[in-house]
Amino acid sequence: MGNTQPKHSNASSLDYEKFIETPEFRNLIKSKKRFITPYVIIFFAFYILMPILTGFTTVLETKIIGWITGTWLYAFGIFIMVWVFSTIYMRKSYEFDADAEEIINKNILK
Amino acid sequence: MDFISIAIFLTVIGITLWIAYWASKRTSTASDFYTAGGGLTGWQNGLAIAGDYLSAASFLGIAGAISLTGFDGFYYSVGFLTAYLVVLFLVAEPLRNLGKYTMADMIGARFSATKVRGAAALNTVTIVMFYMIAQLVGAGALIKLLFGIDYWMAVLLVGVMMSIYVLFGGMTATSWVQIVKATLLMAGTVIISFLVLWKFDFNFIGMFEQMTTATKHGEAYLHSGITYKNPFDLISMLLALILGTSGLPHILMRFFTVKDAKTARSSVIYAVWIIGIFYIMTIFLGFGAAMFVGSDAIIAENAAGNMAAPMLAGVLGGSALESFIAAVAFATILAVVAGLVLSGASAIAHDFYGQIIKKGRLTEKQQVSAARWAALGVSVFSIILALGSEKLNVAFLVSLAFCVAAAANVPTILLTIYWKRFNTTGAVASMLTGLIVSLVLVSVSPNVINPIEGKAFFTGNPLFPFQNPALFSVPAGFIAAYLGTVLSKAKRNDEVQYAEVAFKAHTGYRELS
Repeated sequence: MGNTQPKHSNASSLDYEKFIETPEFRNLIKSKKRFITPYVIIFFAFYILMPILTGFTTVLETKIIGWITGTWLYAFGIFIMVWVFSTIYMRKSYEFDADAEEIINKNILK
Repeated sequence: MDFISIAIFLTVIGITLWIAYWASKRTSTASDFYTAGGGLTGWQNGLAIAGDYLSAASFLGIAGAISLTGFDGFYYSVGFLTAYLVVLFLVAEPLRNLGKYTMADMIGARFSATKVRGAAALNTVTIVMFYMIAQLVGAGALIKLLFGIDYWMAVLLVGVMMSIYVLFGGMTATSWVQIVKATLLMAGTVIISFLVLWKFDFNFIGMFEQMTTATKHGEAYLHSGITYKNPFDLISMLLALILGTSGLPHILMRFFTVKDAKTARSSVIYAVWIIGIFYIMTIFLGFGAAMFVGSDAIIAENAAGNMAAPMLAGVLGGSALESFIAAVAFATILAVVAGLVLSGASAIAHDFYGQIIKKGRLTEKQQVSAARWAALGVSVFSIILALGSEKLNVAFLVSLAFCVAAAANVPTILLTIYWKRFNTTGAVASMLTGLIVSLVLVSVSPNVINPIEGKAFFTGNPLFPFQNPALFSVPAGFIAAYLGTVLSKAKRNDEVQYAEVAFKAHTGYRELS
């Protein structure tokens, strides 16, 4: 809660260029990317496929459970996807937290 | 207004004013004012995010849209919720790790040039003003209907209340008003949903079957396409919804009110559950209103269907429940506009005045007083604009705000964190291109020029056929970022800056100051 601004002068005494080249940091970035990228692609594709299917085709207009049509089930599927993916993210991010802490301890606090 | 209405209405005003008073004693530094001292817990901020996000457009607008157009109204629920996956996976934690009070702080952590901060602050103010005018004009019309007072009195009432919360209690008051509102809104919605289900004999599947004959649309009510005849328009709108949330300044600002990225993350998780459950319940609000109020009665009160939820409450639970829902709607409006005032004020007082004009050389006291003056300015300016806009159809301003956020802010936010080569020129080009393309396309869209007389500002054929320009303006924002970057010279300093930003964004490390 300090009152100093996050300054972006080059006067920073820490060598961040060296930090981001350390194997631990590169590993963290790599495993984060490997985890996040497929999820982002899947949720975006699943989401944007909905208006494509409802807009250009009538496949989702089929009745599936009584009058609950494919359109509604697809939409409910998106809700479930949001809850499941956010829970998975939450669980996985504890690992990243631990790695990040280790990197700070090893490189800065020593 | 009967006795119960007045009592419930005054209770809401009383509680929120007490919150403002209580918060004012805890607001002395700039950090208190902008971020409640960063002291909110995960669940508190999660509720506040829900309170900030579930605007009158969500509560009254979606309920009305589903009641009148069936599944097409539910697209908003799906889009508004899925947007939080973008926030959670890509934006929330780096934002919390890099920023301080505003979105511009986070971008400024990498690009120190004044013009980058200026462009970011300009986008913030633009989005806030569009959103605010839409909310205030909507609020005026709504409160006029709910409580039977004149439009100008209604706008002034909301305007004065939001100014009081923000001026005296800053972010602490704003957050707690949002928390109280989110709780009331969830309670009200659960009660109505339960009553609707009861009326359908708790038969969820049977409810869908009954809806095929409940409206004049017949079976089409359960299919997509009553509103969105053009699939590209639908895709464009859904693109604005999923990306826009990550660029809305009043939502981004909420992530600075918690102590670290872990808490920011857990607050998104709480928000995703609360907001998701709410949006599922919009089905009951919409179906219930269509079934038990009827579309003719809903349209007779308000053509857009905004009165569907309060009317449904009246049919199901009598005037006491209707008054309660009206008070919830009132609290909803207050919480959202307060958040907007605060984020507008932060861009003006912190970014423009504090960082650009005064180069960060303001004392704590000066910062707080600048913030208060800016909040007052934003309030007064938007009240005046809203008073003059009663007869205008401003509903499209909400989707325009999402579109500007998606096209002008989101490319820069994402590339600042994730693209090593991104530079100052790319950032400025992207922010301005996204803003200008969105504004120009909307100004020649059917929202502004419509062949049906009286539907928009001008009568005629629109030059741009879509309601929402996101399908074009979002790629424009990304392309401008790319071209601006590759066509300009990289400076050595940009790479040093990226190293620091990448390290801090991913580890949460902060230099002690």
